[in-house]
Amino acid sequence: MGATSRASQAREAAERVARHSYGKLVAYLSARTRDIAGAEDALSEAFAAALDQWDAVGIPANPEAWLLTVARRRMVDTARQRETRAGAAEHLKLLADELRDAGEGSDIPDERLRLMFACAHPAIDRQIRSPLILQTVLGFDAATIAGCYLVSPTTMGQRLVRAKTKIKQAGIAFRLPEHLEMPERLDAVLEAIYAAFTEGWSDPAGTEQRRRELAQEALWLGRLVARLLPDEPEVLGLLALMLHLEARRRARRDHQGGYIPLNDQDPSKWDTMLIAEAEDILLGASHRGRIGRYQLEAAVQSAHAIRRFGRAPDWTVL
Amino acid sequence: MKYMLMIYRDEAAFAPGQTSGAHSGAYIAYADALKAAGVLIGGDRLQPSSTASTLRAGDGAPEILDGPYADTKEQFGGFYIIDVPDLDAALQWAARCPATTQGAVEVRPMWVV
Repeated sequence: MGATSRASQAREAAERVARHSYGKLVAYLSARTRDIAGAEDALSEAFAAALDQWDAVGIPANPEAWLLTVARRRMVDTARQRETRAGAAEHLKLLADELRDAGEGSDIPDERLRLMFACAHPAIDRQIRSPLILQTVLGFDAATIAGCYLVSPTTMGQRLVRAKTKIKQAGIAFRLPEHLEMPERLDAVLEAIYAAFTEGWSDPAGTEQRRRELAQEALWLGRLVARLLPDEPEVLGLLALMLHLEARRRARRDHQGGYIPLNDQDPSKWDTMLIAEAEDILLGASHRGRIGRYQLEAAVQSAHAIRRFGRAPDWTVL
Repeated sequence: MKYMLMIYRDEAAFAPGQTSGAHSGAYIAYADALKAAGVLIGGDRLQPSSTASTLRAGDGAPEILDGPYADTKEQFGGFYIIDVPDLDAALQWAARCPATTQGAVEVRPMWVV
């Protein structure tokens, strides 16, 4: 095998793991210490090391575990160097606890949901919750997020740093809300995901690649939360709503990029696969017997979607 | 983690002679609950801000000013220091503080050395 193709294979493997596991690794590395920035730094160094070493000695059997080990070692080193003595002892103890709990298995526990609840905590400014989730779970850099939200990269960078510092210093725990507080806390997470989606959906010209991708990423987050919390009807409601809206993407702009109102859209341009998926999910949500805002909004979209099948929208339902 | 719950309230409602017995009772009950849960480190009520003196750095010796640091309607009037696992627990305790019905409670983690 040529050196160049080995190098490109190493790069591809690293990119694949980054795509699938970035948020999982960040969440796991910061769950105990709440040090998200530290976890991100350690992980980016681990990815740099991966490009070097996988190129030289081949791609490991379990790339995720390899990256985790390297990143964790890096975090321990940093804790030893940087922190004050008492602080370092506490930090190292937390890292040791985490290591012991991880056990021998190669499966990394999925802490992404806890991480999202921390990012959308009521003590975190509402405006930054969505960008924070995009960064920590999906690995977006501050400049990309700033571009999506139309603020300067410096400002976005500072807000993200401030939010991460607050999570760490103020003691915002990575935990799932208890039963009674779940609806409100979950709503904050869903709102953050939907904010990313609408940000991606509302690009004025319909041409901005990056913002369009934001809608895709929000859908991905919606699917992730639906997988991790399969019994929450509002999670399914949000996913169905986003799928219904996404299904009409190709129909909502004319050739000049002008906006076409829903009633004037050509239903044959709507994506039937996405509509079918949305309907399926919404039906599943309705069986759980707890109606909510996102389910209602999805139901409204569903009533419009009937036009795709040659029928008039059901205005009485609407 | 240790947190300070800082109580800010409208002092007009707490002018001498106006302090209702029931209200003091609520604070006593609150402190008892904190103690019973084993989370109370300390705390106290302060005299009104009209009794405050503020020193501010000047050219030479600090200047002494008559009055509180900031002249706002709601004034810092007391505090509790509690030791709980995380911010959610601290916020839950703060929500039970009588001050939340007629003022504000700021929750801040203590500096860890």
